Amino acid sequence: MMTVGQMRFRIALTALVALILTVLPLPKWLDVLRPAFLVLTVLYWSINTPRAAGIGLGFLCGLVLDVFQGPVLGEHALALSIVAYIAVREHQRIRSKPAFQQSLVVFAVLVFYEFVVFAIDGWTGHPITSPLRWLHCLTGAFVWPMAAAILSYSEGRLA
Amino acid sequence: MTAFGTAAGRPLQGRGGSPGFRFFLYAVFAVVIMYLDQRARYLEHVRFVLQAAAYPVQLVVSSPPSAWRWIRESFQTRESLRAENERLREQQRELELMSKRYEALAHENGELRGLRDALPPVAERWLPAEIISIQLSGLRQRLLINRGATNGVFKDQAVLDDLGLIGQTTHVGPWSAEVILITDPEHAVPVRIERTGLRTIAVGGGDGSSLALPYLPSNADIQSGDLLVTSGLGGVFPEGYPVARVTEVHRDAVQPLAQVRARALSHIDEDTEVMLVWFRTGHPASPAASAISATEVKSGNAGMQPLAAPPRASAAPAEAPAAKPPAAPADQAPARAVRRVPSPGTAPSPATAPPDDNSAQTAPPQAPATPAESPASPADTPTEPPRSRPQ
Repeated sequence: MMTVGQMRFRIALTALVALILTVLPLPKWLDVLRPAFLVLTVLYWSINTPRAAGIGLGFLCGLVLDVFQGPVLGEHALALSIVAYIAVREHQRIRSKPAFQQSLVVFAVLVFYEFVVFAIDGWTGHPITSPLRWLHCLTGAFVWPMAAAILSYSEGRLA
Repeated sequence: MTAFGTAAGRPLQGRGGSPGFRFFLYAVFAVVIMYLDQRARYLEHVRFVLQAAAYPVQLVVSSPPSAWRWIRESFQTRESLRAENERLREQQRELELMSKRYEALAHENGELRGLRDALPPVAERWLPAEIISIQLSGLRQRLLINRGATNGVFKDQAVLDDLGLIGQTTHVGPWSAEVILITDPEHAVPVRIERTGLRTIAVGGGDGSSLALPYLPSNADIQSGDLLVTSGLGGVFPEGYPVARVTEVHRDAVQPLAQVRARALSHIDEDTEVMLVWFRTGHPASPAASAISATEVKSGNAGMQPLAAPPRASAAPAEAPAAKPPAAPADQAPARAVRRVPSPGTAPSPATAPPDDNSAQTAPPQAPATPAESPASPADTPTEPPRSRPQ
């Protein structure tokens, strides 16, 4: 069993990889399909190790996301805190579900996350009304089983 | 928030209370940050530091494409290099001829306006900057360049390429700056239809290359193919730089406004370099910073001074500061990856080359250059009343 410190180190590492995947320049058509890797990572850790991850991780990752691509500081931080809170609260219920049902839950959470970002975008006067912005929820739910498998490998469950 | 202190939030007895309580704290903190950043702009310094911290990651992330570009360029064949060299030389000769012509015209223009000497070019200093990444965030039209406050870059600085306007800086870090493109839906640039002199506002279309002109009445004199140039109002861009070409005009008898779309002249998808420009303060053709400074007559005939700026359309040049070029050393870094030819940083007379180059794109070189196309002439803007008032 790993200590919380070791766990946090691994979490930070996977979050960094997810961040790089998130800000990697991609062609436009691929860019709108790109899943929100950092959100998925926060979601995974909040569900599976709520003690080491949790809302603080969500907030920090969101703040980093804001620095890279937010029109306002704190926007993604708030949205990801909410995501992490939902995940921590419901972690036992989500964890026990089979992969397909987990994907459905993840889809719902991603839509909610995007809605929060969308709303804050609008309130702060930086609206993006293109329906393409919701597309990543679908791809995110689609890649969730794979992402969860990779992350659980990094957690040391299979190794 | 129902889990506040109840058993539902209990299973993890960590520090800092129940998840509900911690979430509440973080949420309040996030909202406070948002308020400070949005309303009070207290966080400019924090952003400055954070942008510096983010820069290494951005560099690493953008290194694969730039490495690929470098490899492709270093394995170019001798023939293609020679052909390119030939082309560049030809273009340089052309530009030199045109710049001679431009000087003569500028002189003549100055004399006509009763000034003692011809005015110096409005652009005081150019600095090439490399694009680090395009599309910083999904559907927004943003750009990251590798020049920042250490190079004297300031917020709301004009960014051009050799064909036209690109955008303006929004956040400036120490070594990098974020640029909002003119095609971003949040950006609006005050333009003038070059053929008629009609002034209006061009708002970004959001798809990477198009702009919309939403404030033109349906009986406005505009047609497909018209060139849009900056009008010099708004305080960020000087007058007379090419922006876009009108592609479609829809007039509906029912609608009070015409639906006009235009295509940006700059080729942001193909560019690897953009130009940052510092403009001379007090120059008649320099962007009118505010209504107060525009009414102060600096030189020349009072009737020829730019009018006070009309109320601006949207968020874009919202609080435009006086474009004060900081007295930074002229850091003319040699162009590393110039694909498109006339890098004004390397041209013999840097400040004069680009406008003429632009006019070469838009008009045959032997045609007499209209005063509208030389950026150093504020001549015709004030004389005609603004026929279209935005908003």
